[in-house]
Amino acid sequence: MITRVGSWIGKHLMLTLGILVLLYMYIPNFIVALMSFNDSSQSRNLYQFQSFTWDNWLNPCEPQGMCESLRVSISIGLLATLVATIIGTLAAFALVRHRFEGRSTMNLVLFLPMATPEIVMGSSLLALFVAAGFGGQLGFWTVLIAHIMFCISFVVVTVRSRLAGLDSNLEKAASDLYANEWQTFWRITFPLVFPGILSAALLAFSLSFDDFIITNLNSGTTVTFPMFVWGAAQRGVPMQVNVIGTLMFLLALGIVIGGELLSRRRARGKAAAL
Amino acid sequence: MSLADGARGDLKLTGLHKRYPNGFVAVESLDLVIPQGSFFALLGPSGCGKTTTLRMVAGLEEATKGSIHIGDEDITYAKPYKRPVNTVFQNYALFPHLTIAENVAFGPKRRGAKDPTDQVKEILALTELTEQAAKKPAQLSGGQQQRVALARALINRPDVLLLDEPLGALDLKLRRAMQVELKRIQEEVGLTFVHVTHDQEEAMTMADTVAVMNKGRIEQMGAPYDLYTNPQTTFVANFLGRSNLIKAKVVGREGTGDDAVVKVDMHGTVATIKASKVHTSSDEGWVGIRPEKVLIQPEGQSIDAPGAALSGAVVVDASYIGVSTDYTLRMPWGQEITCFEQNTGRRGGLIPVGTKVDVSWRPEFAFLLDSAQDVEAGLEED
Repeated sequence: MITRVGSWIGKHLMLTLGILVLLYMYIPNFIVALMSFNDSSQSRNLYQFQSFTWDNWLNPCEPQGMCESLRVSISIGLLATLVATIIGTLAAFALVRHRFEGRSTMNLVLFLPMATPEIVMGSSLLALFVAAGFGGQLGFWTVLIAHIMFCISFVVVTVRSRLAGLDSNLEKAASDLYANEWQTFWRITFPLVFPGILSAALLAFSLSFDDFIITNLNSGTTVTFPMFVWGAAQRGVPMQVNVIGTLMFLLALGIVIGGELLSRRRARGKAAAL
Repeated sequence: MSLADGARGDLKLTGLHKRYPNGFVAVESLDLVIPQGSFFALLGPSGCGKTTTLRMVAGLEEATKGSIHIGDEDITYAKPYKRPVNTVFQNYALFPHLTIAENVAFGPKRRGAKDPTDQVKEILALTELTEQAAKKPAQLSGGQQQRVALARALINRPDVLLLDEPLGALDLKLRRAMQVELKRIQEEVGLTFVHVTHDQEEAMTMADTVAVMNKGRIEQMGAPYDLYTNPQTTFVANFLGRSNLIKAKVVGREGTGDDAVVKVDMHGTVATIKASKVHTSSDEGWVGIRPEKVLIQPEGQSIDAPGAALSGAVVVDASYIGVSTDYTLRMPWGQEITCFEQNTGRRGGLIPVGTKVDVSWRPEFAFLLDSAQDVEAGLEED
């Protein structure tokens, strides 16, 4: 029996390893989802599953300040994503498409924020804000400025790699086929670079939503979701945090699956159309 | 179907010159008239300026000097999207996110066509792509992609269609088939095709007129037959097919008009060359003869050619190809020359290596080139 199991594992080593790695990666998400149904009211031990309840899902905003912090995080995330994606995409175009003085320096300078430890960046930003006289106004806007700053680098890198893989002959072909500069950009360049811009935006949002160190140093009295969780963890994390966590995971899953289905349906739909 | 209705006329390049910022002169004051409706090939090794010429016509490079006209219209500095010219790119440059039908409809839509469906259908039928209309470029084979690139350009009925090494990415068999196909389509649509290639066989198979380019200049231009049988420079003699070039001294000129000949002495043997195939005025030159025109016989046997035979050659290599046999012969003065003999069966086997042979050819096949030219010009490619 044992030898049979052993030989089965031997034959399916790749599959076995793959499943183990996936389990390792997704177990935290399962735990979070499970805990979101935990009825914690009878126990002081919050990290143990007591009994099943819908309460956490029915009253997600019950813990004081949690939904407010979530709203702050989402607003900052969306705004930072929008601004960083626009600036970063334009910068990526400049870096790939144009030869100019200081281009390689620019590449390096844009890369540096990714390599800088967050604690260093956070404290130097704080020093900057205070020195510039914004010490009393730390909050939503200073956090937003900080987030835009570190997101730009990631956007540039993501969009740049997509753009570098784009055959420049396609744009020449478009202009040969009577498309002016504007049409060439919107009909050829942009659709082909769009997947890169989209993944850059998703990356920027999750980086912003997630950030704790830089935010904590520059937020003044404003509380973002990660800061709320960190603060709550001192006393015991409310179960509703797991609801938010599960929702975020489902949202990400939905975006990935939706994108995949959409591209498959488009391919099939067009094949059927003609 | 003819797409050529309303075409504006010949493509005229006048003193066209391209110098890159780094000082490299790609094209040197090129003068060229390509008649409307012709299939014209620009043939030359890489770096000879043929692609630069094409890109200047397409508007993808700007000329340094000179002008480009189609009929009476000056398009030298017009934007690429304002020229009645379309290009089939070397690697096709099909839009990967659009279907074949959308790729083909791209040009007409940019020019304001509301619903080019019928046009698209017509051109897809012409290029045998009807079945592929809804697919994406990545789902097609190389040959099909090539035809899409062609259809996408043809649908616009350009005054001039530019083809930049259009068959370079295909394998040999498909390339042969597409050569015939392209020629058929050109004859059917009647548009001016300008075809850039480094493949002499491709140029000769398809084009009415071939211009051989070298170092930014046109070396010689003409019908494939004229270029091959009567090359004017050593570059053309070597680049277009193969040639044996033998050093000779001019010893006399005889006759007038069509009968005029030049007598030359090749290492002691006197031969005659038609005056129309003599391209030097000095008293030395290279006698050129194509390998398949060279006749050989084992020493002492008669050769089916009038005039003198060169004797004392030795077979140093015989390669049996099937349809023909390639012989390499060492001449008494040390030079090696090549001879292709058709395997008609008359000989009943190969001439063994080491055999002494006599060599001759029909005088009308020989040509005489300037001795100042490099005997190895045009050989560096393949």
